[in-house]
Amino acid sequence: MHRVGNWIGKHLMITLGILVLIYMYIPNFVVALMSFNDSSGSRNLYQFQAFTWDNWLNPCAPNGMCESLKVSVEIALVATIVATILGTLASFALVRHRFEGRSTMNLLIFLPMATPEIVMGSSLLALFVAAGMGGSLGFVTILIAHILFCLSFVVVTVRTRLAGLDSNLEKAAMDLYANEWQTFWRITFPLVFPGILAAALLAFSLSFDDFIITNLNSGTTVTFPMFVWGSAQRGIPMQVNVIGTAMFLISLVIVAAGEIGARRRAKMLANR
Amino acid sequence: MSSVSESRRDLRLSGLHKRYSNGFTAVKSLDLVIPQGSFFALLGPSGCGKTTTLRMVAGLEEVTAGSIKIGDQDITSEKPFRRPVNTVFQNYALFPHLTIAENIEFGPKRRGVKESAAQVKEILELTELTEQAGKKPAQLSGGQQQRVALARALINRPEVLLLDEPLGALDLKLRRSMQGELKRIQEEVGLTFVHVTHDQEEAMTMADTVAVMNQGEIEQLGSPYELYTNPQTTFVANFLGRSNLIKGTVIGREGSGADAVVKVDMHGTVISIKQDRVHTVSKEGWIGIRPEKLLIQPEGTSLADPGNHFSSAVVVGASYLGVSTEYVLKMPWGQELMCFEQNRGVRGGIVELGTKVDVSWRQEYVFLLDSSQDAQAGREEE
Repeated sequence: MHRVGNWIGKHLMITLGILVLIYMYIPNFVVALMSFNDSSGSRNLYQFQAFTWDNWLNPCAPNGMCESLKVSVEIALVATIVATILGTLASFALVRHRFEGRSTMNLLIFLPMATPEIVMGSSLLALFVAAGMGGSLGFVTILIAHILFCLSFVVVTVRTRLAGLDSNLEKAAMDLYANEWQTFWRITFPLVFPGILAAALLAFSLSFDDFIITNLNSGTTVTFPMFVWGSAQRGIPMQVNVIGTAMFLISLVIVAAGEIGARRRAKMLANR
Repeated sequence: MSSVSESRRDLRLSGLHKRYSNGFTAVKSLDLVIPQGSFFALLGPSGCGKTTTLRMVAGLEEVTAGSIKIGDQDITSEKPFRRPVNTVFQNYALFPHLTIAENIEFGPKRRGVKESAAQVKEILELTELTEQAGKKPAQLSGGQQQRVALARALINRPEVLLLDEPLGALDLKLRRSMQGELKRIQEEVGLTFVHVTHDQEEAMTMADTVAVMNQGEIEQLGSPYELYTNPQTTFVANFLGRSNLIKGTVIGREGSGADAVVKVDMHGTVISIKQDRVHTVSKEGWIGIRPEKLLIQPEGTSLADPGNHFSSAVVVGASYLGVSTEYVLKMPWGQELMCFEQNRGVRGGIVELGTKVDVSWRQEYVFLLDSSQDAQAGREEE
């Protein structure tokens, strides 16, 4: 009895940790598994029938799926780039410069994160219609909406990283003959870069899987989440699981590459 | 003639003034000449403006009024990266994403030095960091990080090296050995070092010249010996070591030239103070004497020392410190004085509490300060 208690005491943390991780990653495993499901001839699409490579070999088989994927990726990429650049610049202003209304600005930037998506989506729709864009809802309106809500997340992420940066480091660089430009690219940027990268990844995934706001402002344009939602009424094609798994693997690779890249970049910048 | 004056690259601060936007004046019209090649210390309590002064010289803080010159070159509004000045920061400010070698090479690379690798190798040897070259700052100890900060600045051979509390983060033992190390390096490279510190012992150990700063102004400037033996204000008398300050009334002057003395009545005893140690023109003054200059002898035994004598003092406190003993003496007029005595074993033990003692001092050690100044100024809070 005593021994069992001891064992649990020793391994409680790790056991709990593993359980939580399993809990978090089971959906991904299921998605990965289902991407190999041969669903042909079966009525129950949510049960594993037989193993097949077909889904992976013909990912674009379902009508309209890959078109919607393309739209989603394009929107996510553009929204990420614009939101990351704007958000990073805003973070620098908020952290580094003292100006009138700075704390108000901080609050206003944070507020959209706390706004319910359905409210933001419907008010954006009202705005677009009022602005005379009611007839041309689509790629551009979705993009505007996505940049809007990604911005807050980028600012919050980059700001945290920047606030943790010792401003004496930049002073030291200036003292060691680096001009403003060199100081930024050799000291500030490499040290803030992990935060910017994290912000960009966050923005991408937020944009990629947004459904509510997008659905309200999309007009006839169909994004990937909208396609999945639409097809769920009839039965989700197994290829959706292929896309899901692929996305998961790609983000894994990006995170790993980002980490390695940041280290290399720091070195290269210093040695240039 | 002119070439001689131009070749000297002294650091000159003229009327240097710093007022922050919130209205706080950190530095008040500072005038200072720091000779080329000297080890100069700016000493003062926190908030006295010494770090602000240093940052203005480095170009990291804007100057409100006045000028900063090195030789004839005015650098007052020069960008920090265009000044022949480098700083060793208080918390070192090493670049965390770069290795030690890369940190040190940062300056030479920015200046476009071609043979920087050889310079790095040389400076790594000078500061005994060769084995740490490939490591990141976080992997080093405090003392090693301190040396990296020093190497990173020194490699640029600045005309002036600024050190902002460079040893503040180190423990006492390491601090002692680094004090010697810094002094050695300064003598070896022969650059002008301006060292900011609140530690009077550190300033006295290393610097040729010390400027004592208080509330944005320089109270007194001189060699450690001058400052300690002949302080001009109560602040200096208390901040640099400790002092007994006793009320006295000026009763007359005698002699002239180098022999001129001021006669002061101190609770019935007349004391002669040399004119160059008198720093007041008013009738009243603080008579100052350092605690170790006070000699005591139990009443009845003979006092061989020449100078002023007082009897009927009582020992009311004694702390035995090994090498020395600190006594507190209650004087006949009620004031308590500090007295440090080396434990040379002459007396064969410490003087018991309650013992009546005779007190004496040599007149040449006494100084006279202005009575309008606070006798507690610069004293450590206890």
